[in-house]
Amino acid sequence: MADTRRGRTVSGMESSTVGAPTVRTGPPPPVGPPPRRAGTDRREWLLAAALLLPNLLLLTLFVYRPLIDNFRLSFTDYNISSPTGANSVGTANYVEWLGRDDTRIILRNTIIFTFASVVISMVLGLALALLLDQKLRGRNVVRSLVFAPFVVSGAAIGVAFQFVFDPSFGLIRDLLARVGVTTPDFFQDSGWALFMVTTTYIWKNLGYTFVIYLAALQGRRIDLDEAAEIDGASPWTHFRRVLLPQLRPTTFFLSITVLLNSVQVFDLIYAQTRGGPVGTGTTTLVFQVYQETFVNMRAGYGATVATIMFLILLTITFIQVRVMDRGSKA
Amino acid sequence: MSTHQHVSQSDRHRTPLMSVAGYAAMTVVVLVIAVPLFWILITSFKERQDIYVRPAQYWPSPATAENYRDTVTSIPFPAYFRNSLIITALLAAAKITLGVLSAYALSLLRFPGRNLVFLVVIAALMVPNQITVISNYALVAQLGWRNTFQGIVIPLAGVAFGTFLMRNQFLSLPHEIIEAARLDGAGPMKLLWRVVMPMSWPTLVAFSLITVVNEWNEYLWPFLMSDNEKTAPLQVGLTLLQNNEGGNNWGPVMAGTVLTVLPILILFLFLQRQMIKGLTAGAVKS
Repeated sequence: MADTRRGRTVSGMESSTVGAPTVRTGPPPPVGPPPRRAGTDRREWLLAAALLLPNLLLLTLFVYRPLIDNFRLSFTDYNISSPTGANSVGTANYVEWLGRDDTRIILRNTIIFTFASVVISMVLGLALALLLDQKLRGRNVVRSLVFAPFVVSGAAIGVAFQFVFDPSFGLIRDLLARVGVTTPDFFQDSGWALFMVTTTYIWKNLGYTFVIYLAALQGRRIDLDEAAEIDGASPWTHFRRVLLPQLRPTTFFLSITVLLNSVQVFDLIYAQTRGGPVGTGTTTLVFQVYQETFVNMRAGYGATVATIMFLILLTITFIQVRVMDRGSKA
Repeated sequence: MSTHQHVSQSDRHRTPLMSVAGYAAMTVVVLVIAVPLFWILITSFKERQDIYVRPAQYWPSPATAENYRDTVTSIPFPAYFRNSLIITALLAAAKITLGVLSAYALSLLRFPGRNLVFLVVIAALMVPNQITVISNYALVAQLGWRNTFQGIVIPLAGVAFGTFLMRNQFLSLPHEIIEAARLDGAGPMKLLWRVVMPMSWPTLVAFSLITVVNEWNEYLWPFLMSDNEKTAPLQVGLTLLQNNEGGNNWGPVMAGTVLTVLPILILFLFLQRQMIKGLTAGAVKS
């Protein structure tokens, strides 16, 4: 770590800061109480504004503005390719959403994909963390291997796993054929296609839940382990009564982040199935937003689906936080 | 990955049976993760007719680099690669700079409404990309920024998570050192450069790494913004390649996949500890 003691007051560095105006320091303040006077406060305020402004501007322009604008668009018949004419249609898009046949299918796809991703990747991630927390030879290599798919792009994994699952010449087909099992048609059967994208996503994402759980396990209280040991607790009791309660905040954190991440998956589904087969086989809400806006040229309806998705996410997150609060008070 | 100094209960009471079960489980894990990766790699080295055989070949014989040659020549892969480098470099530079400056203002400068501004910044984490996409697309298309780098980079440049990460880091610095530097007459920017940053390198490296990985892997926005080799990054180029070749010619597609993920995997191989630090930093604080 670099030397940070006093006395390193080489000047001439201030002006090289990236894009931010600098404030000249006056003469050294007299020895005495901390120099927090009105003049400094105002200059500090201006500096803070200058440092924050670019980021706030970007977030306002490209996150908060479109969030509100999306809500407005959801009440129009907006077409993304003709940006001038958007007519108000009232709540027609929402009414249409409620009545459409594909709404039920897409909601079901989204729920299956998300729920399976959250539950399975958390359970397996915890199991792996418990396993690779043991003193086993070679565990560091295995830890890296488990984590590696997480840093790879979803598009690349999606493309590559299309061939892993290829029902004619893929890896899965070959392995199943060797044990005499017929390969399901991952490309044509909606149910199996959804199985394919969900499995692929869990395979890719397992490293994340694993690493977070492992970090939490390594930060646990050893004295509780020892106490459990003295009490002669069985491994299962030890896990239930000692480890799981300590992992509670981590479990809560993961349940929210994995939920938010998996609901938003686009690249992997696009690369693997383009939302099909048979039109909506693996279409989730996010994919439908893309499909309606940029393929069917119905941005107004796409904005409606996006708004509904956002409201669902907010509600679920809110419930999760409430449940967690209640749990921690009990 | 870090191995803390602790002895878990099972270490002391490990029976041979448990060891065997542990190694068996570990073997299964290795197979499940590694076999698909191995499959992708060998396919990329197979000749075309060897890809479409039953039972499958588990070693390319003869091995060929033909698929890689195809990928690099038949589609503009070098151009996609260059675009990925440009987009990642621009976005990483912007995000790291903005993240550090925002975090500094929100942690060590004093001004009214600081907590409110912080809340505004991190609330952006709750807004999924997909909701902002329609309106942002309309805006950027109106500016005539489709198929330009600024059209891809600028809408993605705002930093919420990085600000959060660096702010936590800055707040964890020892108060006495910062006060001492202030008493010494260090102005706010000098304080940042000379005192705060030198003590924050590990977190900055972690933040930079996860930014680079995320931006390299970014898909949806560049996919909507670019449809040709002028600006499309590798990830988008890969699905374009898949459109042209997929299904009946897996070899070049697999070679393209390997080339796309290789830079990140190499980075990961050398710097995984720092990458993981960046990811877990957000989780440890609740």
